[in-house]
Amino acid sequence: MHFSPAPLHIPDGFLSIVISIVCWVITIITLSLAISKTNKALGEKQVPLMGVMAAFIFAAQMINFPVAGGTSGHLLGGALAAIVLGPWAAMLVMTAVVAVQALLFQDGGLLVMGANILNMGLVTAAIGYGLYRAVAGQSKAVRLSVAGVAAWLSVMAGALLTSLQLWLSGTSQLGIVIPAMLGVHALIGLGEALITVAALSFILQSRPDLLGEGSESAKGGRGWIVSGGIIALVVVLLSPLASADPDGLERVAINMGFIDAGQSAPYSIIPDYTLPFLGETAASTIVAGVIGIIVVGAVVLLIGRGMKAKA
Amino acid sequence: MHFDAFDRYHEKASFLHRLDPRVKTLVTVVYIVSNALLPDGAWLAFVFAWLFLIAVNLLSQLGIGYTFKRSIVALPFALIAITVLFSIPGTPLFSFQLFMSNLTITDAGLLRFVSILIRSWLSVQMAILLVAVTRFPDLIHALEHLKVPAILTTIIAFLYRYLFVLTDEVFRLIRARESRSAAAAGNRSGGGVFWRAKVAGNMAGQLFLRSYERSDRIYNAMLSRGYAGHLYTLNPHEMKPRDYYVTAFAIGVVFIVQILGRL
Repeated sequence: MHFSPAPLHIPDGFLSIVISIVCWVITIITLSLAISKTNKALGEKQVPLMGVMAAFIFAAQMINFPVAGGTSGHLLGGALAAIVLGPWAAMLVMTAVVAVQALLFQDGGLLVMGANILNMGLVTAAIGYGLYRAVAGQSKAVRLSVAGVAAWLSVMAGALLTSLQLWLSGTSQLGIVIPAMLGVHALIGLGEALITVAALSFILQSRPDLLGEGSESAKGGRGWIVSGGIIALVVVLLSPLASADPDGLERVAINMGFIDAGQSAPYSIIPDYTLPFLGETAASTIVAGVIGIIVVGAVVLLIGRGMKAKA
Repeated sequence: MHFDAFDRYHEKASFLHRLDPRVKTLVTVVYIVSNALLPDGAWLAFVFAWLFLIAVNLLSQLGIGYTFKRSIVALPFALIAITVLFSIPGTPLFSFQLFMSNLTITDAGLLRFVSILIRSWLSVQMAILLVAVTRFPDLIHALEHLKVPAILTTIIAFLYRYLFVLTDEVFRLIRARESRSAAAAGNRSGGGVFWRAKVAGNMAGQLFLRSYERSDRIYNAMLSRGYAGHLYTLNPHEMKPRDYYVTAFAIGVVFIVQILGRL
């Protein structure tokens, strides 16, 4: 009965503890921002709305259509949620969906839930909303086609992030996991794009007020265009690069210490009674963590600046 | 559909069922973190962690094989890790031809692959056990106590509460589609892939509107019953001495597992 839409739900044990924690930190920072923004922007009425919308995303993932040879197309829903609910609310909604999938169905692990939320909830919402927001006020055809592209890219971004996390944890080989994941998700993303576009066009026809000016979905700042655009651009640029030249990417990662950070550090957190922070691997872990936080900080700053400019 | 159609909770009166949900959640997370911290090939520690799992299984009165049977769900993901068999340098064990490329399985690769599977398998089983012995509303309540923000736990509570309602709605939509998708023998029903995707998209849009309007009705109904932004529970959780003992014992076990893993 329950269907897990795409092989993006990482179970426990497949990510190293360092990667899991780095992902949790990024997720928690983004979510606390989302909570403070929604608390400010929304009344108490919005909480039941978001709860039912989370159930909607969960249920909508069960809708399928036959493609060919017994396979079927499904919805992941991050981009759709961001477009109809606005980015911050969509992030909370997707977080709830991922959390329930993990808690109730063991679809995705607990320690790696931060990574799963990041891959399926946060990045998808940022791309979906950012790109859609960029064409606000354009004709319906333009908005719908951009929504389709955004939905496809959001799935690809999730797949790319999942592959990178698996590789940095030493669970998969980059040269295989990237082409495999991106190849499969290029098709899954097509299903996502088609359903998202059709659903949006249905909503635009029957309840245009839900998506119009002044609706929840129009309240996100213009900073989203920048951040969503940047993430989308990274996916577009990194995917072919990683597929064509995984060794190149691997070399860069080794040079920058990412690999050590992801793989060796878990075993040296409690080394032979020495201070772990003096170890070389732990130092690189910290470097990786700092780089991650700087990246998040930059994105957050951009978003904040955009919101201020709008206000 | 009944409201608990999705629940994996099993009504029993075991020791584990009576434990405070906070303790169960905490111990599960600590156990999973401990598994992730174990080095590759820490066989003694793996066995010890597995024995702990079996003991907890026995305590739950669900049968010793209960979590094992359900742990198959995480198996397909093992495919993702299969590449480590070939990619880690080590002593070659055996090699074979596949799609015109030479693949060599190394001992280090095999060690890592098996270790990843064991870590994942142990962790998944503990998570399965957690929801089998804890009611989902209690679990949400425990998350609240463990400082998960109220807005998130409330959304999760609503998601849980209305999931079965909207699933019923999905089944109605799917039944409606099927009843209109008749085909003459030997012919396919429906149009091309794009047409079918459009139908699925319309269903998702329809489901969205129904959910949206339902949430309005729900909110009004809640207001009329005195909702003021908070959900209350009739089941306040109190930590008993037993809960503290269990927490201390479990953390002790995990500590021993960690030491065994590093011997």
